[in-house]
Amino acid sequence: MIRLEQVTKRYGDAVAVDGLTFEVPEGEVCVLIGPSGCGKTTTLRMINRLIEPTSGHIFVGDRDVMSVTPEELRRGLGYAIQSVGLFPHLSVAENIMTVPKLLKWDRKRMEERVEELLTLVGLPPEEYAGKYPRQLSGGEGQRVGVARALAADPPVLLMDEPFGAVDPLNRERLQTEFARIQRSLRKTVIFVTHDVDEAIRLADHIALMRDGRLQQYATPEEILDHPANKFVHDFMGADRALKRLGRVRVSEAMRTAVPSLSGGRSPQELSTRAACADTRFVYLTDADGRLEGWFDCHAVEIGTTAEDAVTLVDWRDDAVRPDTSLKEALSRMLGHGYRSIAVTDLTGHLLGDVAFSAVEAAMSDSDERMAAAHDAREGAASDEGSVPE
Amino acid sequence: MALAAIAYGVVVSQQGWWVAALTRLFPTTTGPVFPSATMADLVLRHLAIVGISSAITITIGIPLGVWVTRTSGRDFRELVAAGVDFGQTFPPVAVLALMMPILGFSIRTAVVALSLYGLFPVVSNTVAGLDAVPPAVLDSARGMGMGKWRILFTVEMPLAARVIMAGVRTSVIVNIGTATVAAVVGAGGLGDPIFAGINTQNLGYVFQGAVAAALLAVLADSVLAQVEQMVTPAGAS
Ligand SMILES: Nc1ncnc2c1ncn2[C@@H]1O[C@H](COP(=O)(O)OP(=O)(O)O)[C@@H](O)[C@H]1O
Ligand SMILES: [Mg+2]
Repeated sequence: MIRLEQVTKRYGDAVAVDGLTFEVPEGEVCVLIGPSGCGKTTTLRMINRLIEPTSGHIFVGDRDVMSVTPEELRRGLGYAIQSVGLFPHLSVAENIMTVPKLLKWDRKRMEERVEELLTLVGLPPEEYAGKYPRQLSGGEGQRVGVARALAADPPVLLMDEPFGAVDPLNRERLQTEFARIQRSLRKTVIFVTHDVDEAIRLADHIALMRDGRLQQYATPEEILDHPANKFVHDFMGADRALKRLGRVRVSEAMRTAVPSLSGGRSPQELSTRAACADTRFVYLTDADGRLEGWFDCHAVEIGTTAEDAVTLVDWRDDAVRPDTSLKEALSRMLGHGYRSIAVTDLTGHLLGDVAFSAVEAAMSDSDERMAAAHDAREGAASDEGSVPE
Repeated sequence: MALAAIAYGVVVSQQGWWVAALTRLFPTTTGPVFPSATMADLVLRHLAIVGISSAITITIGIPLGVWVTRTSGRDFRELVAAGVDFGQTFPPVAVLALMMPILGFSIRTAVVALSLYGLFPVVSNTVAGLDAVPPAVLDSARGMGMGKWRILFTVEMPLAARVIMAGVRTSVIVNIGTATVAAVVGAGGLGDPIFAGINTQNLGYVFQGAVAAALLAVLADSVLAQVEQMVTPAGAS
């Protein structure tokens, strides 16, 4: 649990953070969002005392952060930043061991922890443990940064635009991984971003700030559906229905029983084997079930050669994972011009697919849910969680 | 490189070789070899002057450079930079002349003057090296709960080591040359034959001192370049 009470930070006459009060429950992700310069970084850095507040109180657990030394406090708060700040002269493994070393863990325990964490963030330990930071790509560096922040298993994670410097495709992957890791670790996280989609996707609660003041503290659904003021409304953007899709995972809308054929793909064989009875597309996989492409029954009917009816694809780019967001799946579909997109696991095995119609259904579904939630609240007096202007 | 050092040692310790070479090079000069001390003695004396003064320079210069980059010394940064810079622009002979009345006609005068004179590259490179440590690295170090001393010794110094060592190298090389001037205050070393040669118009003496000092500088340069490589941590390119 993290609680801020009337926290203010002044620089001379300028107020960077102004009377901030909110509470993040145990095991939840609170995303701090707002325009550049609104005080997000300052807020985050006051929690681990890299910046001292001018007034107010901050509690982590039941402890006032001012009641312990900054060093002791920080060793219990994982910290990951946009520029990562890996130690260039130390290997990936040694970087990850930073806090465990401060806590005087024994060597063997540290080495096991490094392996465990690299695996968790999707970097094979045998390949990455010995590398130096300059040998890593941007996305790999960010993963190591997150692993390092998690090293001593702190109950709290403070993250300042951790995926801000990577390209959109990699950012989407990092978000997916972060969501997966968080589902299993249940840390109390404060995550700073200026990316609305990222906030909607990852947050349990969003704290939206402007000029050092809290504008609204609420769940993503709530903030999309009932913005506290015009600023919140405009900041969250117009395409609300689309934004909400960021909260739905592919696994919630996918069809699992899809027609597929494995092995032996000679065109003749396909046209006879393809079960075109009640479907247009039949997925093709290798003998292990890894997606290789699909077969268009329709193309055969209108007289194209069976050869032309086969489309070969790379599952990494042309399929999505079960925990990809529906928003991302939709944008991939539109990008490729598909009416549905295949779903594979992390190693390419075909799991099913998501159709455009399923995305539409999910969209109107969430509209109904919103409306229902709204109706249920009509009776209740106060707009809980939101702060009036 | 170890070979070069041994070769240098052998060459300067063979007084006979110098006699033979100088007699051949300067056939018209009678007695072209500096008589008051052997080459080996001159070189050892020179090394002592350089060694002591450089050691002092390093022990003062690196901590001074570190201090002005800390919060406590930040206010003195400009002052120290200016002072050290001024010390360097001062001609070495003038420094010696000013020291003489205080410390007398001795090796002490030479050592003090040379130590101050060599400070500039060490201090400025220490500051530059520490300044070049990426702010994000320091931020994450602090954010993970490392104390300031631990950050200094396990993060900043290793990352700055190469630049600092480059400053030490420059300082020592300059010192080897400048130390020949120290002969004017009676410190001895390879300046002795050079000044004696100038006074008596004996080119053999001058040649002897100058060649030995130049070779020593070249040797020191390659040794220190090696040390620079050694202190550069593996991941920091
Ligand atoms: N050290 C500082 N001195 C003076 N003003 C500062 C300092 N740090 C931040 N500020 C100001 O405080 C405000 C909030 O900054 P910051 O928390 O970094 O914003 P954000 O992370 O939301 O972009 C900004 O207006 C910034 O200019
Ligand atoms: Mg910021």
